[in-house]
Amino acid sequence: MSRNAFLNGDEAVAYGVKLSRPHVVAAYPITPQTIAVEKISSFVQNGELQCEYMHVESEHSAMACSIGASSVGARTFTATSSQGLLYMAECLPYASGARLPIVMMNANRAIATPWNIYGDQMDVMFLLNAGWVQIFVEDAQEALDMTIQSFKVAEHKAVMAPVMINLDGFVLTHTYEKVNIPSQEAVDQFLPAFTGAPHMMNDETPMSMCISAGNQHNMEFKLKQHRDLLSALEIIESVDREFEEQFGRGYGGAIEGYKHEDAEILLITTGSVTGTARVVVDQLRSEGKRVGLVKLRVVRPFPVAQLGATIKNAKVIGVVDKNISFGYEGTLYTNINSALIQSDIKKETYNFIGGIGGRDITKEAILEMYENLRLASVGESIEKVSYYNVRCAL
Amino acid sequence: MKNFKRVPVPPLNHINDYPMGSSCESFHITDQNSGWRVFMPVINLDKCVSCYRCYLVCPDGAIHQNEDQKFEIDYDYCKGCGICANECKINAINMVKEDK
Repeated sequence: MSRNAFLNGDEAVAYGVKLSRPHVVAAYPITPQTIAVEKISSFVQNGELQCEYMHVESEHSAMACSIGASSVGARTFTATSSQGLLYMAECLPYASGARLPIVMMNANRAIATPWNIYGDQMDVMFLLNAGWVQIFVEDAQEALDMTIQSFKVAEHKAVMAPVMINLDGFVLTHTYEKVNIPSQEAVDQFLPAFTGAPHMMNDETPMSMCISAGNQHNMEFKLKQHRDLLSALEIIESVDREFEEQFGRGYGGAIEGYKHEDAEILLITTGSVTGTARVVVDQLRSEGKRVGLVKLRVVRPFPVAQLGATIKNAKVIGVVDKNISFGYEGTLYTNINSALIQSDIKKETYNFIGGIGGRDITKEAILEMYENLRLASVGESIEKVSYYNVRCAL
Repeated sequence: MKNFKRVPVPPLNHINDYPMGSSCESFHITDQNSGWRVFMPVINLDKCVSCYRCYLVCPDGAIHQNEDQKFEIDYDYCKGCGICANECKINAINMVKEDK
C-alpha cells in the first residue's frame, strides 16, 4: 500500500532511492543536499535498505566510486550540490562516455564567490554539456517520482546515460509538503532489478574499459553518445506515461503546459518557481487575461519539437532564468531561442533573470513579467534581458 | 615468448558497429601510429642473433618473435622512434627513410 507522509524534497528523494533498491550509494554531504544522504544512510543503518553505502572523502571520489560501481553493473546513486558538483565535474563525462546509468540528485545552489549556500540554478548550467540527462522538478512529490523514473530511463538499453535530477536548493530540498510514497511492491513491478549491460565488466567476457580513441575514432564514439541522448527524449516520455498508468501521477514528459493552449502570453519556467507562476496564471486568468505557463522539465536532451508544439499559439514568450551566463544572458533563454529557430518559429522572446543566490522570485515579480510581456505584445518596447527583485539601480 | 595475435578489427561502417560506451574487446579499436614515422626500422635477419634486446626496449611493444623464431616489427604500431636500432649491439637494425 502507498502511504502519505510529510516530507521535504531531500527526504522525498531518499525515499525514491530506497524504493529503487540501489546496490551502491556513494556520497559526500553538502548543503542543501545533506538531508538526502543522511536519510539514505539511516535507511542503510537500520536495515531498511540493503546497499553498500560508501563514505567518501570528496565529491570527486563520490563520482569516481559511482563510476566504479556502475561499471560492474550495480545500480548506483549519488547526490551533490553547487561547488561539490563542480568539483566532481571532471568525472561526469567519464560516466556519460562510458554509458553508465548512474542517477544523481543535484540540489541547485549558488556558486562562489561571494560564498552562498542558497538556491539558484547556476551550478548545473556549467554541466549541460556533460552528457547527462538533466531533469528539473517542481515539488517534492515530483522529486520522489522522478528518482524512480530516472533509474528506468538511465538503464534503458537505448539510453544508457546518467541522469541528474535537479531540485531547487532550500525551496524544494528543505520545504515540507505532503508526499505520497508508493509501495515497494508497486515500485518493484515498475522498476525491475538491474542486471547490468553487455558493455559492463564481467568475468566471462573480459574487456578493455575506458579505452583511448584518437582522431581516427573518437568523433564516432561521441556521435553515438549524442545520438542516443537525443533519442532518450522519447524514452523519458514513455517512462513517464508508464509511471502515470501505474501510479496515477504523470508529468507530461519533457514539457508540461499549463493553460497554454489559447494563451497569447507564455512564461517558460524550470523547477520550483513554476509553482508560484501557476498561482499568478490562475489570478490573471480570473481577470480574463490570456496567459499561460510552460514548465521545462528536461533540458538535456532538449525537447525542441515538444517546445515548438507547446508554444505555437503564443504571441510573446518570457523565459525565467535562475542563472546568468556571465557576459551573455540566461542559459535557458539561449537554449530556447535556438530551439525556436530550429523549428522555424519566429516569436518575440524575453529573458527574465532572477532568484540568484537564493533570492525569492516573488508573485509580484512574476506579475510584473506578465505585464511586461503584455506591453511587448501590444508593440511597446521592453528590455530583451531584464533582472527581477534587484535591490538597487542598475 | 608467446606470439602476439591481435583480434581482427571488426568493420566499422556504421555508428552501430561502434561499441557501447568506451568498453570493447581489447585491441578491437586502436589507433595506429605508423603515420608518425619519418624513418622505419628494418631488421637485417641475416645479422640478427635473436638476443631479444629490441623486443625489450621497444616502448610500444611493436617488436615480436614470429612462429619461425624470426623477429618482426609491427609497422602498424611502430612509431619510428629508433630506440631499437640505437640499442642493437650488432647493428642489425637500420633506420630507412619512409618513402611517402
